Amino acid sequence: MSITYKLSNKPIHDHSYSPDGSIMAITKENIVEIYQVSSKPTLITTLKGHDKTVASVDISIDGKILTCSQDRNALVWDWDQSKNEYVPTLVLLRINRSANYCRWSPNGSKFAVASSDRIVAVCYYEEENNWWVSKHLKKPIKSTITSLDWHPNNVLLATGSTDGHVRVFSSFIKGLDEKPEGSVWGTKLPFQTLCGDFTNETGGWVHDVKFSLDGDSVGFVSHDSSLTIVSPQGEGVPPVFVNTFTSHLPFKALSFIGPNSVVVSGHNLNLLVFEGPNWQQTRVVDQTVKAVAKVDEDEEISSHDALNMFRQLDLKGRVKEKSTNGGADHTNTVESIRIVNGKVSTSGIDGKVVIFSV
Amino acid sequence: MSQSLKPYLTAVRSSLTAAICLEDFSSQLVERHNRPEIEVDNTHTPELILNPMAIARNENEKVLIEPSINSVRVSIKIKQADEIEQILVHQFTRFLTSRAENFFILRRVPIKGYDISFLVTNFHTEQMLKDKLVDFIIEFMEEVDKEISEMKLFLNARARVIAEAYLTPFD
Repeated sequence: MSITYKLSNKPIHDHSYSPDGSIMAITKENIVEIYQVSSKPTLITTLKGHDKTVASVDISIDGKILTCSQDRNALVWDWDQSKNEYVPTLVLLRINRSANYCRWSPNGSKFAVASSDRIVAVCYYEEENNWWVSKHLKKPIKSTITSLDWHPNNVLLATGSTDGHVRVFSSFIKGLDEKPEGSVWGTKLPFQTLCGDFTNETGGWVHDVKFSLDGDSVGFVSHDSSLTIVSPQGEGVPPVFVNTFTSHLPFKALSFIGPNSVVVSGHNLNLLVFEGPNWQQTRVVDQTVKAVAKVDEDEEISSHDALNMFRQLDLKGRVKEKSTNGGADHTNTVESIRIVNGKVSTSGIDGKVVIFSV
Repeated sequence: MSQSLKPYLTAVRSSLTAAICLEDFSSQLVERHNRPEIEVDNTHTPELILNPMAIARNENEKVLIEPSINSVRVSIKIKQADEIEQILVHQFTRFLTSRAENFFILRRVPIKGYDISFLVTNFHTEQMLKDKLVDFIIEFMEEVDKEISEMKLFLNARARVIAEAYLTPFD
């Protein structure tokens, strides 16, 4: 079962929901559109503040909207009761290249922005100046950072970059964070501790990275069409590394939907479910559509259809435009996957948002 | 379509489908730039370029596909068996490249050693369906051979008529 909303003719690089699922934000060139989601999304307002393509948008647990763009800036939008509109707050990112990806930490006290400057800016609020300041995670990132994800403990941060590496850092900020409990990622976690550095044998560009629900493993999809799940076992023990290669086109996004299952999608257009512990593909979510669309070739055709058939033959040299997208709801690359109210929501280059019940 | 052309085109089609998996990618070297990485001197960021693929039917007919993170360059060498075909191909590609803006993905200057080059960027794949882009390139490859040999036949027939007309007085 899926519901498709065609919201734009332009690519939706990222979309995000408020915690209760009532508000949805999508990127649309250099603006962000806010929709009220009930039965059908209705446009409430647009956020105009960037002058280049908005790359990513995220809504925090307390409703603040974070946007980042290729114009090197990030903005935090907060609802102003007196003005009855979203008001932006400045973020001092101190980066000189595009900001590609941004995410709030689970409790909303800080956020991270990934950039082409080979820097992850971890930002937190400074009350006296009313702006967000940042601390940089630099070493040993060698290339553009394409994605990041927060660990549920609010301190660890996983990053994926075009040098093919997934790295897990500590973003512990003194005076803001509580000391996290020790986990498989380590016990002592001062700022910029590298808790893990993973790559697979082909070293393709990492498109998306996510922590599992319990935070004890990290999954990533890369340009070699593979899904990799890494579970560290604590200090001194090599991590459990499962790398599944597929024959699909590369995946662009993944999301954990259960302790042992993950959904992925991307250039292949379909939404696929992979399940552990072997992490093999178990089903295609939107395949049912394909079965319905299939027409029996021996079926008798009416005279009108026959006329159309010969007309097509005459014009194009073949009978029918063959559909190669395998019955998928999306017609162009899927760029982001979000979980909302237990359902899976995807958005893509084709300007559609599709909500699946998995 | 001759039988031996089919596997060649199938190989090109599947390679193109795999190569045109592009994303919006802002330059990591130049501030606020977004440029096709395949067209830039990439000694600084070699990780953004994938290995080029060459698919050849024979030494006269081949396709070079050079993928990168946000752009793919496809260069085609069209069959040229003799001098007449060389002239025809040259004129034909010149006609097309001088109208490159109407073809969106056509590159004005072909890569050295090839007759015609296309440059597909992520902005093209955002506006056009990938299947149709691949179809367009494949269709072009199918048509161009046909077109060239047709022109050659036409030219020969015309030459024959003219020769006959000139030589009639000496009959």
